[in-house]
Amino acid sequence: MSAEHHNNDKHDSKHGYYTGDIHNQFIEEHHQSNSVSTIWKTFWILLVITLFEVGIAFTSIPHSILIIIFIVLTIVKAYYIVAYFMHLKHEKQSLRYSIVLPFLLILYLIVMALAEGNYLNLVG
Amino acid sequence: MAVEATTEKPKNKAWGGGVSPYNVSWGKMYMWFFLVSDAFTFSSLIIAYGVMRHRFADIWPLANDVFTHFPFIEGHIPLAYVGLMTFILIMSSVTMVLAVDAGHKRNNKAVANWMLLTIIGGFMFLGSQAWEWYHFIHGTEQGAYIMNDGTVARPSINATTHEVDLNTLLLPGGKTVSGAEAAEIIATSEHFHGANMVKNEYGHPLFGDFFFFITGFHGFHVFSGVVINIIIFINVLNGVYIKRGHYEQVEKTGLYWHFVDLVWVFVFTFFYLV
Repeated sequence: MSAEHHNNDKHDSKHGYYTGDIHNQFIEEHHQSNSVSTIWKTFWILLVITLFEVGIAFTSIPHSILIIIFIVLTIVKAYYIVAYFMHLKHEKQSLRYSIVLPFLLILYLIVMALAEGNYLNLVG
Repeated sequence: MAVEATTEKPKNKAWGGGVSPYNVSWGKMYMWFFLVSDAFTFSSLIIAYGVMRHRFADIWPLANDVFTHFPFIEGHIPLAYVGLMTFILIMSSVTMVLAVDAGHKRNNKAVANWMLLTIIGGFMFLGSQAWEWYHFIHGTEQGAYIMNDGTVARPSINATTHEVDLNTLLLPGGKTVSGAEAAEIIATSEHFHGANMVKNEYGHPLFGDFFFFITGFHGFHVFSGVVINIIIFINVLNGVYIKRGHYEQVEKTGLYWHFVDLVWVFVFTFFYLV
């Protein structure tokens, strides 16, 4: 624990957390990645998908196929919101995985719920 | 020897101390992990909805038959109003992300303008939701007949004249009864309009419960988001972030606001489309 360690840290030894300098550093790094044109492009993608969903809801496509189309398109919309509006695409990979991987548990819950759901009618 | 060991550089630099492993501020990381846990709550609610809907699939009301109103326009217009609500929320997400972008450019006035538009969008959505709830709670003019066993019989509506036909009642699962049988149901059942937590004229009571709980929980998120946005907006007007030197607070609020939009995308699909 030498003086050198302290210099590398940019660490506020008094409070034990990172100081404002490092804040500004993050913000500058993010500056370039989300241009106004990307924002509007994302907007148009979300709008067109939503209109498409409302449109095909009234066609004669079988309901079972519609459900699959709707769920896929919903995940596409969710991707665009999270990746571009919430900027997750430009975060560090470790943060991306920490946020996205827990949702495997939700997939597991869906599988469990689907399996159990078939027996619910037996118990009332 | 011991001193040498501690000064040795760790193999994994990101987690070796001295740097932020995720390369984000603690505030943003907190917000992300809060949103993950909040997403789990919403996922559980929507999955519970799915299970119950699956269980009662044969008698579950179709959202297209329930939410058919549009302001100032008469007639049966399904999906259009929630489509509009979706558009309002996406639009306010865009203004929010433009506020964040203006913050990166240190343009205080632009941040204030975009925040104001985001707040207006939030209020428009809340107003739309209040309107939707009002119509769901008050129900239709013709109402429905709820039998002693809880089955809901709805009067049919003539396709050409749009008049209520009490001679033919629609039962859950596409069955119809008419004539004397229908008259007996009308005589012995409770005539009910709209919806509450115990019963609703559209069918299974759980439909109303899930509708109130999920859209209500989401609406409460929108409401708290608008309140937080207003606080940030006032801060921007007072030049708080000029003094601070960065607009990260706007970004963190933006994450929450986009999350509200994200949840609505799922509610829209699983409550209204599927």
